[in-house]
Parts: sequence; structure tokens; C-alpha cells
Amino acid sequence: MRYLIPVVVLAALVVLFAFGLQHDPREVPSPLIGKPAPAFNLKLLDDGTSYSNADLKGRPVLVNFFASWCEGCQVEHPVLLKLAREFNVEIIGMDYKDKPEDVTNWLARHGSPYRKVVMDEEGTAGLDWGVYGVPETFVLDAAGTIVYKQIGPMTEQAWREKIAPLMAGAKP
Amino acid sequence: MIPELGHFALILALGVALIQVLVPAYGVWKRDARAMAVATSAAQTQALLVFISFGCLMASFINLDFSVAYVAANSNSELPMIYRITAVWGAHEGSLLLWVAILAGWTLAVSVFNRRLPADITATALSVLGVVSVGFLLFMLLTSNPFDRLFPVPQDGKDLNPLLQDPGMVIHPPMLYMGYVGFSVAFAFAIAALVSGRLDAAWARWTRPWTTTAWLFMTLGITLGSWWAYHVLGWGGWWFWDPVENASFMPWLVGTALIHSLAVTEKRGLLKSWTVLLAILAFGLSLLGTFLVRSGVIVSVHAFASDPARGVFILGFLTTVLGASFLLYAWRAPKLVSEGEMTLFSREGLLLINNVFLVVASASVLLGTLYPLVVDALKLGKISVGPPYFNAVFIPLFAPLLLMVGLAATVSWKRAKAGEVIRHLRAPFIIALIAAIAVPLLIHERAPVAVIAGGFLGFWAIVTALQEIWRRIRAKTGFVSGLVGVPRGVWGMSLAHLGLGVWALGVTFVSSFSVEKDVRLAPGQSIDLSGYEFRFEGVEPRTGPNYDSDFGTVTIEHSGEVVATVHPEKRLFRATQQMMTEAAVDHTPFRDIYVALGEPLDAQGAHTGDWALRLYYKPMMRLVWLGGALMVLGGLLAATDRRYRLSRAAESRVASNSVVA
Repeated sequence: MRYLIPVVVLAALVVLFAFGLQHDPREVPSPLIGKPAPAFNLKLLDDGTSYSNADLKGRPVLVNFFASWCEGCQVEHPVLLKLAREFNVEIIGMDYKDKPEDVTNWLARHGSPYRKVVMDEEGTAGLDWGVYGVPETFVLDAAGTIVYKQIGPMTEQAWREKIAPLMAGAKP
Repeated sequence: MIPELGHFALILALGVALIQVLVPAYGVWKRDARAMAVATSAAQTQALLVFISFGCLMASFINLDFSVAYVAANSNSELPMIYRITAVWGAHEGSLLLWVAILAGWTLAVSVFNRRLPADITATALSVLGVVSVGFLLFMLLTSNPFDRLFPVPQDGKDLNPLLQDPGMVIHPPMLYMGYVGFSVAFAFAIAALVSGRLDAAWARWTRPWTTTAWLFMTLGITLGSWWAYHVLGWGGWWFWDPVENASFMPWLVGTALIHSLAVTEKRGLLKSWTVLLAILAFGLSLLGTFLVRSGVIVSVHAFASDPARGVFILGFLTTVLGASFLLYAWRAPKLVSEGEMTLFSREGLLLINNVFLVVASASVLLGTLYPLVVDALKLGKISVGPPYFNAVFIPLFAPLLLMVGLAATVSWKRAKAGEVIRHLRAPFIIALIAAIAVPLLIHERAPVAVIAGGFLGFWAIVTALQEIWRRIRAKTGFVSGLVGVPRGVWGMSLAHLGLGVWALGVTFVSSFSVEKDVRLAPGQSIDLSGYEFRFEGVEPRTGPNYDSDFGTVTIEHSGEVVATVHPEKRLFRATQQMMTEAAVDHTPFRDIYVALGEPLDAQGAHTGDWALRLYYKPMMRLVWLGGALMVLGGLLAATDRRYRLSRAAESRVASNSVVA
């Protein structure tokens, strides 16, 4: 009987790994889910006027932390463009630790899915929002409460299965 | 054209590998000598094809053929030639090809050096190695083809990960893979023993040099990896307990246990099924390491880009190979009867205890590595397991091992006499104890209990290893004839144990007496650390082949004399825009001085203003790697011992007497 121990241990490990393959270990649940969006007051990219968390209220929006220097942002970019154009989703871009000229060039080259681009040059808003790597996307309901956080690039699957239902249900 | 040739050679290699699996297996089943003989030629053909494929990928890198996606992702027109070659194994796809090429090399070696093996053992072993090869070739062709083309062809490549542009990285992966893959030979022999039901001293004798060779490469690979991390990562550490490091450490621990249990199986005909199990485990843990590193199930600083399809494939392959092996083990191992009795106070008894400690150590590393995954699976939250756990578990497991190393050569096989052992070990005990108290007092003027304990274990291993050599020499009449007369196996064991002691000393002193300081310095300013005066001369811009560098200069003085001028650097790699810290190290055998550049603290002028610097004084740091190097040398001597090179006739004669030996 003791000769069967290795097989049993292996079987347990395989079950564990099968579970592991379906989960991303980098996905840390955000403590901000269900809480109001953290306060910020920053400048907009195009005209330099100020934009704050109060401006996010009144309709469901996506708040997308991105940067011109970030590779994952290029990966998700076509998906964001599709959401903005085909589904008319309001996406607010938070340009994280980036320079205005760099991001202007970047958006000119790739196209902009954003209604507004907020400059978070120092990364202070990112810190308050608990961003630990761009891209990250927050789903806010009409009351300005965070209902979901997408870590890493936005995907069509995440949109279809998670975010679209949330946004539909978050209308005022 | 060249990439297609490489791709085609891989596909052909897969076909030949299938022949290498099936035909010899049929031959063993039907006792058909001609079918069994196919194993050798198939193995050699497969090796040739895999080497061609590897050469093709290397040629694509040398030619900077950016139409190959893998080359475009890991090379750049500015990348120096040597790194263009090593970029072949700089990422997932190419490192798999290196894996397969090394496996082909080991298989080739088995097919060439098999004259002393019975035909059915050779055929089974080569067939098993073929199974492993089929798995990895399929994996590469289905999920990770390094020859995939890219269209449109980019102007320039994205460049090799700057972390890997370092001399340590040139040789670290091939050496480590030699170890990982080398355990597949012991595994194949273990399966052959289970299939044939013959597991005797002769079997242990074939398996030992292969295992020792794999082990020495693995030791070298781990040592180089640690040395590389110390130089390149800039945090002054040499081991981090990262999951990927653990992935290499687990098979090393089990491989070490296997080397020792093989000795018992050869000399005493005991621990047979245990030895077979260890051989399967050592290779199984190598596969597990591959899975952990490449599937993304675990967070690690140097995991490869992960892809669930790859994870599923390796998991499936691992389950098939290990599941089949363990079932075979459960079925056949009960019939492997040991030929003698075991008393605890004997060399074999101590080796069994050593095995228990090593395997428990390996299991606790596995537990620590997988624990975050287990906790996540049980929905208990997200955690990470760090160095405190591993240090807490490891010290109590390693201390007894070091104590036992000292007993190894003195305690005799079968039944040892306590009085004799005590008489022999009295002198080393006293020497080690005095050294453990005196050395820290002399160098650092204080001797905390932890240092005395660690130092004692280190000196104990060193002194007893030297004593064994000395005893062998004294047994002969003259010193020179005595020195020559010491068998390589004894040299090997003693050097490896000596290396372990040296390593333990290094670890003890580095962890107890290191001093580190984060400072802000203006050019021309000085600061004192542990009696060394560091003068920051400033930072100037320099241009490397594919990076721009802030090139610092720091002069180090000790009691008024300049001992070194070092140049820590910050390199900004142009293609990837990644910043790399190149720490500067000045070392003597007894201390390292380590200087790393932090950030410029004045926004106006990086080349005129203040900088943050990190300074370390690390006593005995070199001993950590010197210990590793001595173990490698010991392995090399043990693997080339004369008795493994005996003629076949002598072999069979020794085999029949082996139980008494």
C-alpha cells in the first residue's frame, strides 16, 4: 500500500495545478470594490482644465489607467477603441506617470478611445486608486462607486462576461 | 530558408523520437535483439536532427533574421555578438530548444557509453528518454515554435532582456539545464530497472556516474545563478527563495539524496526501492520546475511569459510521465528485495537519515512554493511565502546534515563501533570548536552564539573532510604515493563535503557580519563603512553598444591606502528603455565591498549633482560560491573514478561480489 503513496501525492498536486492554471496569481482583489472612487483633482491633457472624481458621477464610466510607455496598453488598445466606437462606452483615460508630449504622440499614432484624458504625471491618483501596474481598468456606476476592477489588459471576453452586464445594470 | 530548415529538422526529430520510443519497447517486450538495437541509431539520428535545428536558430540570431518572431523579440541590431548567440536561450521558445538539445546530447551519450550495459537495459532506457523527447518536441511544435515567422518584418528587434545581457547568463542556463535534463538519465535507468526487475550493484554502478554528472552541472548552474543575481540585481543578496530558484533547488536536494542512496544500494544492496523512487522524484521535480516556471501558476520575478495552453500541455505531460512511472513503481517496487539488514549506527544508517533530512528539506521547499496556490485554491485569501519561512525551516534541517557529514567517512559500513568513532572525531571536534570561536573574534572582535554554532558546523565539515584525506595518505608509506593512492571517489566525496563546510562558513559570516548603508553623496564627498572610506568621485555619461550608461566612480580607502577604484553603473538599454543596475564589487577571499548606484537626487544635473548610493561590506561572501565550486569539483572527480572505467570483465566480477564489498 505504501508504494501507492507517490501516485496519490501526484494526483493531489495535479488537481491543485489544474486549479492554478485557471487562476491568475497576480489578480489581487481590490479593497476598493463597493467603495466610492478615491478623490483626485488633476489637469486634462487637451486644455489643461481641472478634472476631479466628482466629474465621474452621473453615468457609468470606465476609468482606464494607461501610459504611453506601457506594452500591455498597446495590447488592450484595439479593444478599448472597439468599446468606445461600437458600444459607445465612456472611457476616461488616466495617463499614469507619463509626459503630455509622449502621450499626445502615442494617441495620435494609435487613435484615442478616451472621452477625456486626465494627466496623472506624478502617479498620485494611481497610488490612491491602488494601481500597481498599468493597464488597470475600473468600472464605476452612476453614483461614482467602483463596482469592478480589471487587472492587466482589457479583453473582449472580460467586457462581454463581466463588464457589459455591470455597466448595463449601473445606469441611473 | 534557414528557419524552415530548422523547423523541418524538429519535425523529423519528432518522427525519429517516436521510432526511438516504440521499436525498442517492442524489442524489449518480444526479446527481439534487432528491434532493441534500433534504440541506439534512432537516438543518434535524433540528436543530429535536434542539433541541426538548434544550429539553425543560432544562425538566424547571428544573421539578425527579424522575420523570425522569436529573433525579433529577443535581439537587436546593436546587440553584441556574444549576446546574440546566448539570446537563443533568452526566452521561452529558444530555452525549450536548448532543453531538447541537451536531452538529445545526454541521450547520445547514453547510446555511446552503453557498452557495459545489457542490451535490454539500454533499449528500455533509450526508449524512456525518447518519451521525454517526444513530449518536449511536441510541446515546442504545438505551442512554442521558435521558428514562427513574423509579417510584416520589423525594422529592428526588441532586444534581449537586459537582465540577461551578462556573462553569468551566458552559461548559467545551459549548466542548469544540463543538470535538470541529466536527471532524466537516472530516471530512465530507474524505469529500466523496474521493467526488467533487475536492480543490483551493477545497476547502481551504471547509474552513479550519470547521476553525479547531472548533479555537478546542477550545482554549477545554481552557483552561477546565485553569483549572477548578486552582481546584476543590485540588492546585494545571493539567494531569494523565489519560486524559480526553488524549482532548481528541489531537484538538487533530491538529487543529492539520490547520490547518497545509490552508494548504499551499490555497496550494501539496500534501499533499492527508495533509490528508484528518488531517481523518479529527482526528474519529476525537474519537470515540475519547468511547469512552475512556464505556466504562470505562481508569481515569480523571473517566470517566462505565460500562456495557459502551455501550462495545460506541460501539466498533461507531467501527469502522464510521472503517473505512469509511479504506477509502475507501485506495481514492481515491492518485488525489489533488499539483500541485507540495516543497523542505524552504520554508514548506511546515517546515509538513510541524511536522505530523510534532504527529502524533508525538499518537501518543505515544495510546500513553501505551493502554499500560496493551496491557500488560493481553498479560498482562504491571497498570501505569499517569503524568506522568513524558508530560513526558519532550513536552518534546523541543514544543521544536522552538516553534523552528519563529519561522521560520513569515519562510521563504517554494516556496524560501527561508537568508541572508535569518538576516538577519531575528538580532534576534529576540538579544532572546529576552537576555530569557530577564534576566527570571528580575530576578524570582527565579537563572536555571537549563532556565529559560533554556524562556524562550528562549517569548520567541522571542513576538518573532517581533510582528516579523511590525511588518513588515506598516512595509510601508505610515502606522502606522494599516499596522495596518488587516494581514489578519486574519496577525493570527490571529501571535496564536496569540504565545499559544503566552506559554503556554511560563508553563509554564517555573510548573514551575521554584513553591513549595509544607503547614503546620499555629492561628488568628492566621502563616507565611512566598517573601516573603509568610500569617496564618490562622480558620475559621467558613457555610451555602450546598445545602452547609455551613467558611469560612476568610487574610490575605496582602508587605513589611508587606496584599496580599489570601482565603477558602479546604471545602464539604460535603448531598445527596451529598461534601466539596469550594474553593481561594482571589489573582492578578496575574505570580504566583498559592493557599491550600487541608486538614483540621481538633483533633478538639474545627473552628472554634477548628488546621488543615492548603496554600500555593502560583506565578509566571506566569496566562500558561498567557492563552496559551490568545490562541490562541483568533487562531483567531477567522483564521476570519473577509476572503477567506472573498469573493463567489462572486471565489471561482472565485481558485480557478483558486490554484496560483500
